Amino acid sequence: MDLQHWLWLIAPEETLSVAGLILLLVAAWGGDRASRLISILCVAALTAAAFLVAPALCSGAAGAGTEAFYGQYRADAFASFAKLLIYGAAGVTLIVAPAFFDRVKAMRAEFPLLVLFAALGMGLMVSATDLLTLYIGLELNSLSAYVLAAFLRSDERSAEAGLKYFVLGALASGILLFGMSLVYGFTGTTSFAGIRGVLGGEMGMGALFGVIFMLSGLAFKIAAAPFHMWTPDVYEGAPTPVTMFFATAPKVAAMALTMRVAMEAFGAQAAAWQQIVIFAALLSIVIGALGAIGQANIKRLMAYSSINNVGFILIGLATVTAAGASAMLVYLAIYVATTLAGFVAILLLRDENGAPVEAIADLSGLSRTRPWLALALAAVMFSLAGIPPLFGFWAKFVVFQAAVEADLIALAAIGIAASVIGAFYYIKIVKIMYFDDAADVVKGTGDWAHTAILALTTLAISPLGYLLTRWIGGLADSAAAALFLAA
Amino acid sequence: MSGFPILSLMLLIPLVGGVACLVSNAQTARVIALAATLIDLALGVVLWASYDIGGAQWQFTERADLFAGMQWALGIDGIALLLIMLSVFLMPICIGASWKSIETRVGEYMAAFLLMETLMIGVFAAQDLFLFYIFFEAGLIPMYLIIGIWGGAERIYASYKFFLYTLLGSVLMLIAMFWMVNEAGTTSIPVLMAYDFPPQAQTWLWLAFFASFAVKMPMWPVHTWLPDAHVQAPTAGSVILAGVLLKMGGYGFIRFSLPMFPEASAQLAWVIFALSMIAVIYTSLVALVQHDMKKLIAYSSVAHMAIVTVGLFAFNRQGLEGAMIVMLSHGLVSGALFLSVGVIYDRLHTREIDRYGGLAINMPQYALFFMLFTMASVGLPGTSGFVGEFLALAGIYQLSSWVTAVCTTGIILGAAYMLYLYRRVIFGVQKNADAAAMPDLDAREWLMMAPIAAAVLWMGVYPESFLAPMRQDIIALDARLAQARPAGDAKIKVAAAKPAVATANEEAH
Repeated sequence: MDLQHWLWLIAPEETLSVAGLILLLVAAWGGDRASRLISILCVAALTAAAFLVAPALCSGAAGAGTEAFYGQYRADAFASFAKLLIYGAAGVTLIVAPAFFDRVKAMRAEFPLLVLFAALGMGLMVSATDLLTLYIGLELNSLSAYVLAAFLRSDERSAEAGLKYFVLGALASGILLFGMSLVYGFTGTTSFAGIRGVLGGEMGMGALFGVIFMLSGLAFKIAAAPFHMWTPDVYEGAPTPVTMFFATAPKVAAMALTMRVAMEAFGAQAAAWQQIVIFAALLSIVIGALGAIGQANIKRLMAYSSINNVGFILIGLATVTAAGASAMLVYLAIYVATTLAGFVAILLLRDENGAPVEAIADLSGLSRTRPWLALALAAVMFSLAGIPPLFGFWAKFVVFQAAVEADLIALAAIGIAASVIGAFYYIKIVKIMYFDDAADVVKGTGDWAHTAILALTTLAISPLGYLLTRWIGGLADSAAAALFLAA
Repeated sequence: MSGFPILSLMLLIPLVGGVACLVSNAQTARVIALAATLIDLALGVVLWASYDIGGAQWQFTERADLFAGMQWALGIDGIALLLIMLSVFLMPICIGASWKSIETRVGEYMAAFLLMETLMIGVFAAQDLFLFYIFFEAGLIPMYLIIGIWGGAERIYASYKFFLYTLLGSVLMLIAMFWMVNEAGTTSIPVLMAYDFPPQAQTWLWLAFFASFAVKMPMWPVHTWLPDAHVQAPTAGSVILAGVLLKMGGYGFIRFSLPMFPEASAQLAWVIFALSMIAVIYTSLVALVQHDMKKLIAYSSVAHMAIVTVGLFAFNRQGLEGAMIVMLSHGLVSGALFLSVGVIYDRLHTREIDRYGGLAINMPQYALFFMLFTMASVGLPGTSGFVGEFLALAGIYQLSSWVTAVCTTGIILGAAYMLYLYRRVIFGVQKNADAAAMPDLDAREWLMMAPIAAAVLWMGVYPESFLAPMRQDIIALDARLAQARPAGDAKIKVAAAKPAVATANEEAH
């Protein structure tokens, strides 16, 4: 009821929007020459926003004190956890992107701004506690993302990716909106708390349809099977820094949003959506694993890998417990670090002209020509496969532990057995890099920023990451507790 | 020594050495690797010397709260001590075996081996369930690279098979571990070893652990990765694979399956017996017809491991002690046999048995060593093989005469294929000129062979040195198993003693 307090709660969003608007004017007058300056300032704005959300996470903020605008928005520890990941991923994208776009003379002042607005939208998504806030955030993010996918205007594949993403994304938004209208129609409210209150007892057919449509729309956004079709094409076609962005930040945002919707708005009807989530989880794991096997392009492979990983994250959602939610957050954090490392490594794969190398066959014998790059990429692959002692194992560890604690033993057993299929294509990449004869295609070098980020993220997913488990686990626990306190 | 983190140090030294190898050139990497493994061997000797036989069950324990959900908990009992000794003993020999034969990417190779050593010691020393799993599973990565990069022609297929087989086996075990930790509320292995899980659940847990250990062991019918992996791995890779990695399966049974699920172990012992009997006969017959020396020894490993499993599931002291000694002995002997193959492979670059012959004439010292190890593999009294096999079979005889009969047949077959191999390679005419021109062992090869030969004889003549450290632990395990011990089929009826008078009468005649 206190406007000043509310304005303080949305300080990160204010920072990002004000910075975005001002920088938009800078872009209008400065033109593309100012793009580097704008990138730097955007990173600064994201850093500032990150510092603003961090206290809520560290103090485990939860409950009524974190709500703003009559239950439209919540700045609790859960939202802060997701926002930190989102801002981090957006920041890394901005740092690595200029080098990529400069080579094809496509660096434009709009790029950092679009990323900034997408991050703003995603921040709204994870803080949304009302269907309307949810939709505004989602669309702000999606519209920026469609443009980002098509950012290389002269490149056919990029344009195709943008168009595909837009058409299918609009369809998904439509499905989501239809579900929201059904839910609103049958509950008479748009706030999550209100929906939860009304959906308490026996759920009618109409509301059930609403729930299913909403979850389908969200499944599209997180690229869970059977709504995953767009992912490989968009990931392959979009410029690599944008693909990196898509694979990390929106994934976190959409997953956190799904968690919030499922646990908070539909928390009383967990039995209704649990089966759907289990189905989507197993299907994603299997399709992600099988689809990746035949891929020849490393970005497509990463796309299938992301589908596969979403399946594992959804296993955490299927548990409907705080431990499961905490496990999902830990998984997301590790997944973001791994994916950033993977894509930065991919960005460093360049031939002698500096053109990006994307064919998996060209990685042949990389370990002999570029041993450190190969080592980092191998660490990413083993980490994605969840082989200890790499940190990716910990992600799968917490998720499956939560599943077993929630008595979903069959799900856990099938899921983890299916992960062995996934291991096949990850170790295939390692095989190509380490066992095969050198193709010697990768010759270009990257700048120090790429190398520094790659080194940092690789160290994070190395066994040293286990020393962080207590810290990340503690933060994720308090974030999950905030989610469940609200629910 | 109390309080000094000797186990952590033993884990750390190869790890640091491995990283150092990664950034140094070939010759430096070799020296670093040898130094690191020798330091670890020295530490291992210190460990054994200061191990208090008859003292606390878990010694050299360390605890640190480093991670969420698990602990950095190390500690060893006699069983773990001996297996760690086996690892640190074989490691410098492996480095020696690769000294000349590995010429490409030496730094990476040595790094992979040193990482392997860290992980192996970690497996045997871990006292936390999940820490154990991490060490257990992490071995996949270096082994995958060792087979895939430095292996032979079919190395890619072999490395995939090795990786995916063992991974599938272990992930199910992970799910079982989650369930156990959730049920018992602790990740500590010593506590779990005394925890009584409900018998119905035990069956499932046992099967999940079995899925993992049976692949690692390997038991028939999931043994097929082993011959492929062995044939393709470099000599040192084979030595480590046969010498230590296979022991992880046996260690798993003795540390987890038996004490944690005694009822299920008793109930499902027939599975073990059936698979082991098939393995002993089948793989021995397969070994008889092999043309490739390494494949032959690989199949013989499967047969020996089957003796280990029947010994373990004999549910008595002889069986358990025998199984442990067979494991140690097999670690030494099969390692030595792979080294012996490596010696002639380095000279002629083929493992075809037919390409050799009459080596006794130009390589008499080699023939002597090879003979000793062949005899030890066969189980000749006086060598380590005899002690272990005798004890294991004596143990199982109390439970089932049929299993004993079949397994003993396997040992006869073992003698057949090993002696047949020896005859074809060492005796006979020197039909191949290039094989006849091979020089005898050099100093480096002597240094590799002699320590193993000494250990084999020591274990064969005075096994008490090896039985003593683990006696307490075997007795404790035996006591734990007593509640579930199945009835034997021997049905011994002790007849009443004859009256002394009758004897006197007979003597009078």
